[in-house]
Amino acid sequence: MTIAVLSGKGGTGKTLVSVNLAAVAKKSTYIDCDVEEPNGHLFFKPENVSDEEISVKIPQVNNELCDGCRRCVEFCNFNALAYIQEKLIIFEDVCHSCGGCVIVCPQNALTEKDRTIGIVQKGHSNEVYVKSGILNTGEAMGIPIINSLLSENKDVCDDMIIIDCPPGSACIVMDSIKDADYCILVAEPTVFGVHNLNMVFELVKLFNKPFGVVLNKCLEGENPAELFCMERNMKIIGKIPFDNELGLLNSNAEIVTRKSNKYKELFLELLDTVKREVQHETITNP
Amino acid sequence: MKIAIPVEEKTLDTSVCASFGRAPFFLFYDTETKESIFVDNSAATSTGGAGIKAAQIIVDNEAKALLTPRCGKNAADVLDAGNIKLYKTISDSVKENIDAFMDKKLSVLDDIHAGFHGHGGR
Repeated sequence: MTIAVLSGKGGTGKTLVSVNLAAVAKKSTYIDCDVEEPNGHLFFKPENVSDEEISVKIPQVNNELCDGCRRCVEFCNFNALAYIQEKLIIFEDVCHSCGGCVIVCPQNALTEKDRTIGIVQKGHSNEVYVKSGILNTGEAMGIPIINSLLSENKDVCDDMIIIDCPPGSACIVMDSIKDADYCILVAEPTVFGVHNLNMVFELVKLFNKPFGVVLNKCLEGENPAELFCMERNMKIIGKIPFDNELGLLNSNAEIVTRKSNKYKELFLELLDTVKREVQHETITNP
Repeated sequence: MKIAIPVEEKTLDTSVCASFGRAPFFLFYDTETKESIFVDNSAATSTGGAGIKAAQIIVDNEAKALLTPRCGKNAADVLDAGNIKLYKTISDSVKENIDAFMDKKLSVLDDIHAGFHGHGGR
């Protein structure tokens, strides 16, 4: 069972929810797909960590063979190539690694080389298998790292897999949720929070994913995010209070469900709800 | 000398476009013959890398200088490779900027931005 946790902006509580769901599940895999700012490992402090470099293919030119026909320049949809003063210029950051330029070159002047863009770290924390994607600073595209993080999961489908998504609703989030059985949308109780909730709501609708909302930082009184959910018939599957104890544990990089019985119960209940929702979904939409 | 300016419309009375890479047209103005040519910017609707493609157009049309309010890192690299000098525009008016260029009153554009899409500027 694969559960993706997402939100329209950073700081709503994606990592809090995903780390603690993974921690209360008996045996689980936690995957940090927030490759630009992965922080789940700060809570899990995994042991026996292994690193694997992730690279993408980019073109390189042999100027002796290039006759300046510019087919590659015209082919590239992202304009990663320019031909100036009888020399080909390649913008490695702009390249999306499609390999098309190499194919269209009639002189075989272009070949591919590897460029490292980041790493995948794997380790264990109690019964949680912790995987983090870390994109090198300054890199623009994290999707190859996410693909690597998610590629090996297909054979371990018995476990609970929790995906901690990047914030927002861009391509990188689409890639993170594409194989999820269920999505958890984490929302803040503000008007701004509603705007961000709506972004991910639109996304999960587009992908036709079953989903539920967790309202985080709940205070007494009116909650705009809750009203938004009620108006649109969106299922609220959990509420986390705005609580000093929780904030303190979390800011000390503690896993709250390993420190507080109150929160252990809250997240166990949330996990049960999610499991029930997924089973219900499998029966109604097999 | 041929100079290039990103413009909103195909007329000398038009205004300078705030964006270089995604300007709808480029004006190529010959300071000796006073001849002006407007070229469609095929980079304007690019999925990405508009600045690179736009700079390629400037180089291919053999301009020696580009007058623009701003320019991104990747475009500046292409223009630099093409030995094209960058000058910062002083107003929206195309005519004012051409006059200022002729009077050598335009300053060199050196505040190159890192781009709006996280590319470049590392």
